[in-house]
Amino acid sequence: MALDKNGIAQRIAQELKHGYYVNLGIGIPTLVANYIPGGIDVEFQSENGMLGMGPFPFEGEEDADLINAGKQTITALPGAAFFDSSTSFSMIRGQHVDLTVLGAMEVSDQGDIANWKIPGYMVKGMGGAMDLVASAKNIIVAMMHTNKKGESKLLRQCSLPLTGTKCVTKVVSNLAVMEITDKGFKLLERAPGVTVEEIQAATEGRLILEGEIPEMKL
Amino acid sequence: MALNKQVANAEDAIKGIESRMTIMFGGFGLCGIPENSIAAIQNNGATGLTCISNNAGVDGFGLGVLLESRQVKKMISSYVGENEEFERQMLSGELDVELIPQGTLAERCRAAGAGIPAFFTPAGYGTEVAEGKEERWFNDKPHILEHAFDASFAFVKAWKGDTAGNLIFKSTARNFNHAMAMAGKITVAEVEELLPVGQLNPNEIHTPGIFVQRIYQGESFEKRIEQRTVRIK
Repeated sequence: MALDKNGIAQRIAQELKHGYYVNLGIGIPTLVANYIPGGIDVEFQSENGMLGMGPFPFEGEEDADLINAGKQTITALPGAAFFDSSTSFSMIRGQHVDLTVLGAMEVSDQGDIANWKIPGYMVKGMGGAMDLVASAKNIIVAMMHTNKKGESKLLRQCSLPLTGTKCVTKVVSNLAVMEITDKGFKLLERAPGVTVEEIQAATEGRLILEGEIPEMKL
Repeated sequence: MALNKQVANAEDAIKGIESRMTIMFGGFGLCGIPENSIAAIQNNGATGLTCISNNAGVDGFGLGVLLESRQVKKMISSYVGENEEFERQMLSGELDVELIPQGTLAERCRAAGAGIPAFFTPAGYGTEVAEGKEERWFNDKPHILEHAFDASFAFVKAWKGDTAGNLIFKSTARNFNHAMAMAGKITVAEVEELLPVGQLNPNEIHTPGIFVQRIYQGESFEKRIEQRTVRIK
């Protein structure tokens, strides 16, 4: 069975390591915070200016001055810090953030990503995504493998305006975990019950198969 | 003696605003926006404004107010969702929109205030953002040249301030306010609480008063929440 959004988030959470500073994008990436593996400590950076982001506040405790990059009310954990936007992006461009997780409309098999604009239809802007993908060492994309029409979003070349080039390290989709290599998407894991053939059929970009492809453990 | 930057109210604070000026507005979404100054600029009626702000407010609040009154000619932002009037004006061509990466937006503010005319950043290389810009490689990585902003006024909002213009922000309401305060030729700060000098601890100042030319206590702050998210007890 293909994963749902929570399943994708749960699988990505396995990539978290003790001591990581992590920036989570809007959408599926935000859900990763719900599945931090036991026994490790990580700290979440929000590019609007905080480290140590905590869960949503209890009802009645919302604070208009305390939001995340998705403009949602949140809380600060003990040890949190607030800072201004230029300091925040110093952390990002300066590669002080260990892992970036973000959503995408398209990813190419060379690691290009498109997630900010659909010409003639939707232009909301790139927010901090271009700064994040241009600098981060470790970028995991959380996405559905295909669009609503069933067309692949993992492509040989992106068709939409790019957010960044040759930057994605891994993709976790509802069907598979893939690593970006010089030769294309290297299939690492299958979602439970999903076959290699199904993943091949849903992937337009080059897909590399080496040996047995194990099922994800969730 | 500390300098006294205090002005009586929003109306006095925006004196000198004229049509076709370039103006910065602090805030992220609706968090930490200079709502009293925005209201005063709407009353002032200046048109053809170029506004530099991370976002463009929502319908009826924040910079959405100046869009509705057709005072804005151009928006320079990183993210502009959540505003129907904005979208309508952009698609009809009434409003010119320049979208730039958020970190580049922040750094172009900081650079303006820090005497750095331009800088290289990796953000946007290989994308539409890089079109027409000088490209250079440093440390085996491609970068593009970005320039400091040039804004006549910067409007910022802080939690506490003193009459010398020193500012303290609360939580994530700091966002763009600090770098924009540095950048404005005339920086106007509105604060929730304005104190006499000596009442703020100098160790805890976020933005030193040298960056602020005018300061006033805002008459009222609605502090609207854009996305109210809570968990159940």
